Amino acid sequence: MEFSELIRTGRAEALLLPGPGQPPVRGTLCITSHHLLLSDGHGSPSDLWLLLRNVDAVEKRVAGNSGTITLKCKDLNILQLEIEGLEETLDIACSIEALSSLESVTTSYPFFYRPQGLRLGDSEYLHPPDDFYQQVALKTNAWRLSTVNRDFYVCASYPPALVVPCAIGDEALARSAHFRQGGRFPVLCYYHSINGTVMLRSSQPLQGANRRRCAEDELLLLEVLALGGGQGLVVDTRSAQAVKQARLTGGGTEAKAAYPGWKRLHRPLERGRPLQDSFVRLVEACTDPSLSMDRWLSRLDGCRWLTHVKEALTTASLVAQGMDREGICILVHGTEGTDATLLVTSLAQLILDPKCRTMRGFQSLLEREWIQAGHPFQQRCAHSAYTQGRPKNEAPVFLLFLDCVWQLSRQFPLSLEFGEGMLLALFDHAYASPFGTFLCNSEKERYLCEVKTKTHSLWSSLNQSKERKRLCNPIYSPNPLALWPSVEPQSLQLWAGKTSLRFHLPSLNPGSSPWLRSLTGFFHIPNSRSFLTLDSTT
Amino acid sequence: MEHIRTTKVEHVKLLDRFSTSNKSLTGTLYLTATHLLFIDSLQKETWILHHHIAAVEKLALTTSGCPLVIQCKNFRIVHFIVPRERDCHDIYNSLLQLSRQAKHEDLYAFSYNPKQNESEREQGWQCINLADEYRRMGVLNSKWHLFDANRNYQICETYPIDLYVPESVNTATVVGSSKFRSKGRFPVLSYYHQDKEAAICRCSQPLSGFSARCLEDENMLEAISKTNPRNRYMYVMDTRPKAIVVESASVLVHCSDGWDRTSQVCSLGALLLDSYYRTIKGFMVLIEKDWISFGHKFSDRCGHLDGDPKEVSPVFTQFLECVWHLTEQFPQAFEYNEAFLLQIHEHVHSCQFGNFLGNCQKEREGLKLKEKTYSLWPFLLDDQEKYLNPFYNPTSQKFAVLEPNTVPFNFKFWRNMYHQFDRTMHPRQSIFKLIMNMNDQNKQLEKEIKELEYKIKHQKNRQTDTVLNKESLLSIHPDSPALKPSLCFKKEQTLLPVNDAVRTIEGSNTADNRYSEYTEEFSKTEPAVVSLEYGVARMTC
Repeated sequence: MEFSELIRTGRAEALLLPGPGQPPVRGTLCITSHHLLLSDGHGSPSDLWLLLRNVDAVEKRVAGNSGTITLKCKDLNILQLEIEGLEETLDIACSIEALSSLESVTTSYPFFYRPQGLRLGDSEYLHPPDDFYQQVALKTNAWRLSTVNRDFYVCASYPPALVVPCAIGDEALARSAHFRQGGRFPVLCYYHSINGTVMLRSSQPLQGANRRRCAEDELLLLEVLALGGGQGLVVDTRSAQAVKQARLTGGGTEAKAAYPGWKRLHRPLERGRPLQDSFVRLVEACTDPSLSMDRWLSRLDGCRWLTHVKEALTTASLVAQGMDREGICILVHGTEGTDATLLVTSLAQLILDPKCRTMRGFQSLLEREWIQAGHPFQQRCAHSAYTQGRPKNEAPVFLLFLDCVWQLSRQFPLSLEFGEGMLLALFDHAYASPFGTFLCNSEKERYLCEVKTKTHSLWSSLNQSKERKRLCNPIYSPNPLALWPSVEPQSLQLWAGKTSLRFHLPSLNPGSSPWLRSLTGFFHIPNSRSFLTLDSTT
Repeated sequence: MEHIRTTKVEHVKLLDRFSTSNKSLTGTLYLTATHLLFIDSLQKETWILHHHIAAVEKLALTTSGCPLVIQCKNFRIVHFIVPRERDCHDIYNSLLQLSRQAKHEDLYAFSYNPKQNESEREQGWQCINLADEYRRMGVLNSKWHLFDANRNYQICETYPIDLYVPESVNTATVVGSSKFRSKGRFPVLSYYHQDKEAAICRCSQPLSGFSARCLEDENMLEAISKTNPRNRYMYVMDTRPKAIVVESASVLVHCSDGWDRTSQVCSLGALLLDSYYRTIKGFMVLIEKDWISFGHKFSDRCGHLDGDPKEVSPVFTQFLECVWHLTEQFPQAFEYNEAFLLQIHEHVHSCQFGNFLGNCQKEREGLKLKEKTYSLWPFLLDDQEKYLNPFYNPTSQKFAVLEPNTVPFNFKFWRNMYHQFDRTMHPRQSIFKLIMNMNDQNKQLEKEIKELEYKIKHQKNRQTDTVLNKESLLSIHPDSPALKPSLCFKKEQTLLPVNDAVRTIEGSNTADNRYSEYTEEFSKTEPAVVSLEYGVARMTC
């Protein structure tokens, strides 16, 4: 396929209408294979460079001999372009639509992006299973690194290496995998060194209506209890009713009789379509400028986004509390174990483990618990809140995670090394990025597309000293304690930076609250200037 | 006191509303003439002023005792369980009596004694002077003058004595206009913008049914509009303070009686326009001027006395919340912080000081408040360190006029006001405290530097006397680069231990959080399947 076939008109005279915090640009518009450029020809800083992958929806309107194209972006920004010429307008809209919805991974921009100062071979891809195992091995020798999945044969969505109890052989693991949806057998994801309890995750057991059992799977979980203190709790992210339903289609959950020592707790968390709808409705409410206070509050209430935040934080706190205070081992799963499960396990680690709250530790957590654990980023983040098409597999689970982290950062403003800017950057890059980090749905796909050798890693960009300073929290001071958040409704806030509010309100500038802005000013940190320049009002 | 039947009840439980169910503290409850005091087994004291009590409720008897729920005007809610119903009944009845006094003279302010002598008390009352404030605004020019015919409150009872009206207006016009206006509240000056020569005036609504027009009133408005040479239009009841700055127009504000919403609009308008009101002293002046002197009915609105419940209304609380939203949107524009607003709110209801007693100046004079009670302001000024906003930037020109963004998303829930006593609900680490600590440290370091500089100077003199070699002199010079890093290093070192105090995470304990309810289930052995819905643990097998 040639990109040129998709570009009907490569060039036109256009005007970018001024948006909040954005000056108007008049000049020549250019469509390339991955970008939309709009330049006044003088190379001014207000020139528009838009990654076409970032375009979520295109709306066109023509009148007379010109037209307007509205680009609604995945980062929730909205751009309006006035284009000269009827034909040009239609052609350009068409080209953008075609180029922004290309599904091929290997022709995507990360495979062409070669930034200055970074060399492809040096790109900083993290190696969590090994690094993580090294850390666990320092504290206990009861767990081993298994390469049973080295060919992605046992489980297509797991990485090649996984941490499992020493006593369980690879053959048993393969059997257990056979008994779990998508082959996701229980693996270690966090070792709580204070009391030796562990957190595992998996997918649902394929119990079915006739209550099948699997000896190896039972043995695996029994061995976990033997290593971790004798008591276990399965946190199922679905309701008891949903589990009953799942049983009819071959799924299910751990039966009481088959897994002695393991109790079960149902903590239904929203996912899939309802979560996507919630996000869409939230963004709709945020972009409606005509709202009255009452209407705004009822729409905020109606979209239930904050309810999802509360439920996710509560479940994670519960898991963390069970491990830290009650000394019990935890297994988290829902149906596939790639969405709500990862939300819970990663948040619980952030609550318990001070290492995860550093810049490096957080990146490592994301790589381990989201990217390599097989959260299908490509499917979940194919579209954000503006798309008109019927969503298929989209769901803002990762965004929900970032929102929960933001809530933690509000309640413990000194305890996270990274600031709000980091969370916003992650949100943007998950949906459209010049880097390869969030490409594909699993390690297997990334391996097949040679992502790690042919694209740059987001982490190497974020860890460049200039970027790093910008994303850091200026008042960070390491906190060795667990962070127990308050989950009362009155304690949770709407993350205005995340929603489109950051683009649509003149006084609400990207991400930072007025308080944070004055704080950065207060510390006179030269590298925090980027925060201040974003600020147009003060 | 005749209302107090029981002064002390033991083994009372205090329930924690926002924590695990049934978690409670046991202690002793004392009833004094002014306060209800609970001392728990850890010797922690909870004081509740009788005047703060908005409602007392006795719930149905339970196995553990008789529940008593007290709701306060500062949004504290306490839930006691008194073992014996009879004690509960006695306390309940006493509190009902004590929280609703019939006479002003029975309020706390008349018995409160901060151990000051007469002249200190008098000085305290003089600390805010409105005549000075009108002088500061530059009112006494050729266009406005002090109107003195309300000396005995004969024209308007609810206005103060000192009023400012256009120079060209005579007493007859004022009297005529006052007859046309509800409660005689004729148009007077509230705020004067010296540079733009524009004014904010206030009044009450014209009386309809009397006569459709009033010549004197029209003359009055005409005169006000003529005081402004820059703009011949005048806005009536326009709530946009921008009008003054953008168009240099004058504004006349009124609602029905001109003492509730009018006070809100005038004072908020002035706060947006004039940075003086964003200082600690200036905010006191603003409250004295637009609220106290112009007759906002504090006693009725706050329910200080046992009166008509329909008169009670949180107009002033709403004003404070508006100010808080402004401090959130413009964190560098205010000298005071949230604690200052909360403290003022506390005392508007406490009846501990005389400022907010009574409904108007006339009534206050009748009560002889200045002789019998103390003013709140000097006490707040003495404590001003506590109320300073570390981010305040008084020199910045960008805060000359504030233009707040009023889109709905910008308004947040004021948790520190409405849940100020629900400890577990607040952020567990405070940026504010951190900054305050750093400020203290900086001050300490600056002091040290001064001392060291003094010592160096001293030593230098001695050294030049004794003619020592130059090199050793250089090495202790404060500007010496060799010394600087070590100073920085020392600063970081001392920073950490102090930080620890901030970092101790208040309330960050699982037991304080609602989800800890679930963990009770962890430790139970049977039955195995626990299903949790609606926050209540339900067991299924």
